[in-house]
Amino acid sequence: MSGVPTAWFLLLGAILFTIGAVGVLVRRNVLIVLMCVELMLNAVNLTFVALGRELNSLTGQVFVFFVIVVAAVEVAVGLAILVELNRLRQTADVDEVSELKG
Amino acid sequence: MSQPLGFPLLSVLIFLPALWAVGVALLPRERHDLIRAVALLGTLAVFGLSLWLWFAFRPEVPGFQFAEQTPWVAGLGISYHVGVDGISLPLVVLTTLLTLLAVLSSWKAIQEEVKTYMVLMLLLETGMLGVFLALDLFLFYVFWESSLIPMALVIGRWGGERRIYAAIKFLLFTLAGSVLMLVAAIVLYLWGGNTSDLPQLLHTLPGRLPFALQAWLFIAFALAFAVKVPLFPLHTWLPAAHVEAPTAGSVILAGVLLKMGAYGYLRFCIPLFPDVLPYAVPWLSILALIGILYGALVALAQEDIKSLVAYSSVAHMGFIILGIFALNPPAMAGAVLQMVNHGLSTGGLFLLVGVLYERLHTRQMRDFGGLWARVPIFGSFFILTALSSAGLPGTNGFVGEFTILLGTFQVNTTYAALATFGIVLAAWYLLTAVRRTLFGPLALTDGRLSDMNAREVVVMLPIVLLFFLIGLFPNLFFERINPAVEALTSPAVVSVTYGEVE
Amino acid sequence: MLDSIWLVIALPVAGVLLNGLLGRHLGRAFVSVVGVGVVGAAFALGAWAMTDLAALPEAQRTFTLPLWDWITVGNLQVPLTLRADALSLWMVLVVSGVGFLIHLYSVGYMQHEDARMFARFFAYLNLFVASMLLLVLADNYLLLYVGWELVGACSYLLIGFWFHKRDEAQAPVTLMDGTQVTLPPNLNPADSGKKAFIVNRIGDFGFALGVFLIWSTFGTLNFDAVFAAAPQAPATVLSAITLLLFMGAVGKSAQLPLAVWLPDAMAGPTPVSALIHAATMVTAGVYMVARSHVLYELAPGSALVVALVGGVTALYAAAIALVQVDLKRILAYSTISQLGYMFVAVGVGAYAAGLFHLTTHAFFKALLFLAAGSVMHALHDVIDIRRMGGLWRKMPLTGLTFLVGALALAGFPLTSGFFSKDEILLKAFQFSPGLWVLGLATALLTAFYTFRALFVAFAGQPRDWPLYEKAHESPGIMTLPLVVLAMAALLGGLLGLPAVLGVPNWTADWLAPVFDTHGLEAKHGVSAATEWLLLGVSAAVALAGIALAYWFYVSRVDIPARLAVALRPAFVFLANKCYLDDLYDAVLVRSGRQLAQLLAQGLDKAAIDGIIDGTARLLARGGAWLTQFEDGHIPHYALGMFVGALLLVVYLVVR
Repeated sequence: MSGVPTAWFLLLGAILFTIGAVGVLVRRNVLIVLMCVELMLNAVNLTFVALGRELNSLTGQVFVFFVIVVAAVEVAVGLAILVELNRLRQTADVDEVSELKG
Repeated sequence: MSQPLGFPLLSVLIFLPALWAVGVALLPRERHDLIRAVALLGTLAVFGLSLWLWFAFRPEVPGFQFAEQTPWVAGLGISYHVGVDGISLPLVVLTTLLTLLAVLSSWKAIQEEVKTYMVLMLLLETGMLGVFLALDLFLFYVFWESSLIPMALVIGRWGGERRIYAAIKFLLFTLAGSVLMLVAAIVLYLWGGNTSDLPQLLHTLPGRLPFALQAWLFIAFALAFAVKVPLFPLHTWLPAAHVEAPTAGSVILAGVLLKMGAYGYLRFCIPLFPDVLPYAVPWLSILALIGILYGALVALAQEDIKSLVAYSSVAHMGFIILGIFALNPPAMAGAVLQMVNHGLSTGGLFLLVGVLYERLHTRQMRDFGGLWARVPIFGSFFILTALSSAGLPGTNGFVGEFTILLGTFQVNTTYAALATFGIVLAAWYLLTAVRRTLFGPLALTDGRLSDMNAREVVVMLPIVLLFFLIGLFPNLFFERINPAVEALTSPAVVSVTYGEVE
Repeated sequence: MLDSIWLVIALPVAGVLLNGLLGRHLGRAFVSVVGVGVVGAAFALGAWAMTDLAALPEAQRTFTLPLWDWITVGNLQVPLTLRADALSLWMVLVVSGVGFLIHLYSVGYMQHEDARMFARFFAYLNLFVASMLLLVLADNYLLLYVGWELVGACSYLLIGFWFHKRDEAQAPVTLMDGTQVTLPPNLNPADSGKKAFIVNRIGDFGFALGVFLIWSTFGTLNFDAVFAAAPQAPATVLSAITLLLFMGAVGKSAQLPLAVWLPDAMAGPTPVSALIHAATMVTAGVYMVARSHVLYELAPGSALVVALVGGVTALYAAAIALVQVDLKRILAYSTISQLGYMFVAVGVGAYAAGLFHLTTHAFFKALLFLAAGSVMHALHDVIDIRRMGGLWRKMPLTGLTFLVGALALAGFPLTSGFFSKDEILLKAFQFSPGLWVLGLATALLTAFYTFRALFVAFAGQPRDWPLYEKAHESPGIMTLPLVVLAMAALLGGLLGLPAVLGVPNWTADWLAPVFDTHGLEAKHGVSAATEWLLLGVSAAVALAGIALAYWFYVSRVDIPARLAVALRPAFVFLANKCYLDDLYDAVLVRSGRQLAQLLAQGLDKAAIDGIIDGTARLLARGGAWLTQFEDGHIPHYALGMFVGALLLVVYLVVR
């Protein structure tokens, strides 16, 4: 087995994850936040696949499918909320919605 | 485990009200009178069943009768186990009678959401009967908690001005106690060999529990029951709940719910933890004594007549706890009888206060005065009930108090003397209530005040007749109570606590 | 007949049910016939039972009738058993006999009440008679206690019968020097009844403890069983039992220090004062001590306490009676005083003498009260003797019967009171001359205040003319009982003539089997000369008292007026009832209420509920503080998550 060393994949995953995390924290548009969450999930997927190949384990690969399904669901629910929010408030800014405060 | 009737009388008794509640729930919402009549019929049927139980019960047979046992959560060794003995029998009949009277007394007083109210009353009845009949720790716990919620809802929905405060206070106090009880029950279950069956636990536990563990478990159970009784200083939910609750709620609360605490001491604390009793008895007796004297004095200072009756309950329940922990047959049997007596006389007082409140919309005694001239029937019932509550011979209260005090005197003269002084104070606050309500010049300026109507008289009549029945023929009750009490006060238990008594 | 002795109680109970439940629909005539009839029938049955008992040989004159098992718990067994012996039947006759006459009188006296109140009155009165008969027929201490409490409850209801009335101020006394002495107001009926019940309960507190102690000592409450076992009991226990029981008697019979309720009980209708607060209920204490004589004989210290309390109370009450202006209150204090005599008698072991005085006192005190009631009836409830005067002319029959009662109370020679009081003084002399002097001083005061009341109310000139004009003799149904009681008060002495006359003392002979006193007379006997001397002294004292009253209130009315000025502090002290009421009010009632307020407001509301509600508030505030971290901004939540995840990672790495 040769080719790109696993470490590179892991590094890429970490970079993608960090970009996603920072995006979730600093961006105010709900759409962007959702995209950043996707980015984080896919970073994790990349890590799973890479490590699965490295360790010769199928578990990592199988897990990715789960994550993809969850991500799809999450996007569906998230976008629905986004649409509803837009209809109610005419905004997509997360700072303007704080109805859940205690 | 005999089944003399061939059909599960106790289960029918317990679950008939709940089934009936389902039926009531299906009635059309706005047909108030229909709902009332159906609910009344249900409580009447349950009362009839309990009377049947009363007469079918065989006083000379020791132990639990009409027992039923089927696996419930079989994998965990939890079973549905019910049975009745001489301690629970009077309380079962008291419960069904008071529920019947409570439903009848709320005929006019409850005008909003009658259906929900009646459903809750019926569910409450199932919970209360279950508590008195359950012989499995977890079953007991389930019924205990399930009686809590309907009561809290009744206070919180149909109560007075501060009803939410009162309902939450009632709920939190009791929950705090019963959570402790649940923990203790789980520990018992584990130590008892994965069973929560009370007779089985009584058989296997003795000698198995280390003393320290017994002490902790006792404290947990005792606290849960102390809240319910209530014992000083855990009593402050009671006046709040009583003052705010609708009349029927107060009747059930004072008449039955408080008894659940005292019953718990008899059913669990005493038989399960005999080794702890010598250390616990002084504490509980002294708290009971404080309750007697303190409750009486505080009652004396009340302006709201309902709050006066509520504090009088604290005092009266003190007598009952004192009698239970005298651990001898006269006092303990007297305490069981006194539970019935207190249910009747305090229930009666709450009913009468309700009659007055429905007419005058005030409970402040300064607004009353001289009412006897205007409402003679009410006045006669009120005086009679107050005198019964004060322990007048010939009525029920005397027999209970006398046997409790006489029994207590055998084990501790100081306790008995102080408690007897409580009777002097009882006369003081009760006659003060009578004085300020019925006697003196007429304080009423408003001309409209009608005497008790036929329905209200019918509500009070069974109570008053029972005053005299119990007062003159207490042996009707004692012959049923005695065997159960004697089993609890067997020499083994008592000699550990007090040393050999003569 | 003895088998049916339960009827004596059952009949009045039937009267209670009939009159109490249906009375107001049945009409006055019916209520009267039932109310009076059942008591009359009880008297007849009692008399019949007495003849039956008398027919038995002396040793067998104790009949017990078990009715049903009342309380059976563990080793406590209390049967409901009636006991008819010489003592209880004697009491049955006194209670039902005097009771019958007073019931009859009440038909006239209560005529002005509406139908409901009329029926209620007779229901109460019947209930009282039933309870009192249960008290005297009881065969064990618990049943005695039951009757004891029940008569107290009846007394409570009857004192407060006119529950709507207010306090009544008494006009101040204006002395000769122009200064005024204010008199305490008369307490209203409702509060008087309550006071009576509570003060009695204080006494009953002791009584109940006595009963408990009896049971834990002897394991039984039955009279005979207790008396049989008593000699084996330790002396200290017996002293405790007897003193505790006597505490009940002190309450019920209004002795010091619990004497305060009886004068206020006069707020009740006058027939009630006559029946309950003079003739019968208040004598229950005397009966109880006599019934328990075996115990008191074994506890001489307690017996001495009984005698001393009686003697001191007798003098105390007589002194207060000297200055009262309320006719009924004068009689009430005199009742307390005479009850004191009875306790002296039973305290020194002269049980028959005590019972004899109880009986004659029932006659003449009931008579005096009923006559006073007749006066009130005529004067529209005016009871202040300062507004009376000259009533003799308007109501001769009432005046005459009052005179007979007064003579008997004063101990005028050959009246019933003379013989019974003399018997007690004789026994007191044998016991201790000091006690005798106490009794003699009381006798002097008694004769004086009784005739003071008589002279002021009935003799001389009217002081309130408009009132006088309206006065009239009472109807026959009221005067008939007066006449009958007057005969009894006059001739009742025949029942217990002194031994020195050489005639049989019927009372003592009849009661001898109960008190077992056959041998006792000889032991304590004094010489005939001494006995004659004592008789003479008490006769002289009675006459002196009457003469003094005549001198003060008929011939030289200025003397008492000047005395009042000269002895002003003493006068004020007595007029205020020795300030005993005020003392109790300040020390017990008011501080009790203050304590109650303090506990209710301070401890209960502020401290206990404060801690609990405070805990709840603290939790709520803590929760409110925490909610500021839940501001609803998603990025903040996300930041929290990342920080948490980071910390987790750091922890896992560092570990």
